[in-house]
Amino acid sequence: MAETSIKASEYEALRNNPYLRRGRLLSVVMRGILFACAALSVAITAAIIWVLVSESWIFFKQVPLLAFLTDTHWTPVFTDAHYGILPLLTATFWAAGIAMAVATPLGLALSIYLSEFARPNLRETLKPILEMLAAVPTVVFGYFALLFLTPLARQFIPGLSGFNLLVPGFVMGIMILPYIVSISEDAMRAVPMSLREGAFALGMSRWRMSMTVIIPAAFSGVTAAFLLGFARAVGETMVVAIAAGQNPNLTADPREGAATITAYIVQMSLGDLPHGSLAYSTIFAAGLVLFLITLAFNVIGFFLRKRFREAY
Amino acid sequence: MSIDVPMGTSERAASAALVRKMRRQDVIFAVVGVIVLVLVMSLLMALVIDLVHDGIGRINYDFLTHFPSRRAARAGVFSAWVGTTLVMFVTAFLAAPLGIGAGLYLEEYAPKNIFSDIIEINVSNLAGVPSIIYGLLALGIFVYMLGMGPTILVGGMVLALLILPIVIVSTREAIRAVPSGLRESAYGVGCNKWQVMWNYVLPSARPGIITGVIVGLSRAIGETAPIITIGALTFIAFLPESPVQGTPPFVNFDWLQSPFTVMPIQMFNWISRPQPAFHVNAAATGVLLLAMTLAMNGVAIFIRYRLRRALKT
Repeated sequence: MAETSIKASEYEALRNNPYLRRGRLLSVVMRGILFACAALSVAITAAIIWVLVSESWIFFKQVPLLAFLTDTHWTPVFTDAHYGILPLLTATFWAAGIAMAVATPLGLALSIYLSEFARPNLRETLKPILEMLAAVPTVVFGYFALLFLTPLARQFIPGLSGFNLLVPGFVMGIMILPYIVSISEDAMRAVPMSLREGAFALGMSRWRMSMTVIIPAAFSGVTAAFLLGFARAVGETMVVAIAAGQNPNLTADPREGAATITAYIVQMSLGDLPHGSLAYSTIFAAGLVLFLITLAFNVIGFFLRKRFREAY
Repeated sequence: MSIDVPMGTSERAASAALVRKMRRQDVIFAVVGVIVLVLVMSLLMALVIDLVHDGIGRINYDFLTHFPSRRAARAGVFSAWVGTTLVMFVTAFLAAPLGIGAGLYLEEYAPKNIFSDIIEINVSNLAGVPSIIYGLLALGIFVYMLGMGPTILVGGMVLALLILPIVIVSTREAIRAVPSGLRESAYGVGCNKWQVMWNYVLPSARPGIITGVIVGLSRAIGETAPIITIGALTFIAFLPESPVQGTPPFVNFDWLQSPFTVMPIQMFNWISRPQPAFHVNAAATGVLLLAMTLAMNGVAIFIRYRLRRALKT
């Protein structure tokens, strides 16, 4: 009895020890601060949506949504102003589509090669190199597209103009390649070894095994890689702003130049945009469209990626 | 008793042919893989070589210490690299604590509930938001709503927001790799949660976290679009107020309010001009930018490599 009361008093003393008390207080305060840091990311998303929607609201009060979606001309700063997003949208999809046409076969081949064929040593050296390439500034890729590849390509492709969608699309394809390869290779490597061993025991070659076992098993992860890559290409700015020209142009010919959504935003930001004017709100309306497109692809990619993580 | 499958010579030949076909497939694809690899690598080499070939001759002391000019031969990147340095300073100062804090919370504190899931989905979504959208965010909120104008502070803030997901993700990975025995022994000797984090978990995760911050900064240094969107000027012929002063109080924060330009914008500006002499300047700026990002990434890879070796032993 006496003993426990001593222990209780010791316990009280410990509880009231100012040093320990400060420590506990700090711990609680830090928990709050860390939570605030994490919650900030939600605040950023909320702020992005709020800015885009509220500024676009001003735009859509003056331009009907139907005209925005169906008008085939985008001339917001002309006296005869048209606000049809179609030219910007088609140019964006042309460029991103060409990028994917380049990146899909190359990316698949590279990730299968790295995950199934290459020796571990080679893989370990190549992955950091690929990661480094992902860090090359996009403006440098733009320089390469406009001043090196376009003059080169004009010798082989007749009718290719100085600004065009073809070359920047191609360069974007190479640019997003490290990103796509890194995700899809991760997905392929997450396929359990036993599946590979089973396939080999059936007498499959590595190639058959990759095609009939690895790709189906890693399908959601690989698809996610390409969707995320596509979202990157759609949102990519500097390459198209530099090499695809800044002239909104509804075209079915990728040899012509045409401004993408991102290039339009850059072009308008470079000029003097009076705050509150309709021209100012057009960049937010264009940004909202861009945001919605990339969001859709990112969300689908996110859930597919999550699925491949859970599957094994 | 062994299982002896009776096989005629024709069957033997057929299966040998099948095996040969299989082997051939493998060889063919291995060759295709190598060709693709070489193709991509040589394209990227062409990029680097072209840039260096065009620009290296232009890099000299004058180029680094001259302001932009109407005449290409006299123009330099002085204001651009000073701007880049100062903006990076702000970015690192904001992104590192916020990103590490968020990563630590998500990995160690977050309870399993809907709100934690929302934060998690949200972080991976932010990583996919195009950089120009961050520029619009900063334009709408920082520049106009808060009336801060296109200053170094705003430039640093928007880049910090942009690289936040990178820092968060790599912080989480680094913390996940810390063995749980370390935490348990720290709790065992009476540490409270924050003491465990501050004295044990964060120090052991330090190499991974630093790697993430450097990779994030190397991405920020090359970002052009968000900085253009907030309305940074392309022609700056003065330097911001120096952060270090000769007179007390020695530090000065006026530079945060200064207009600025950065290297990628300077490069973009020079590419957009028709005269080839400016293209040479652009290439020289590109070489400098490339060298900076590759050096930063090299440091990050080196740290990661050392970390991996340390974990093995």
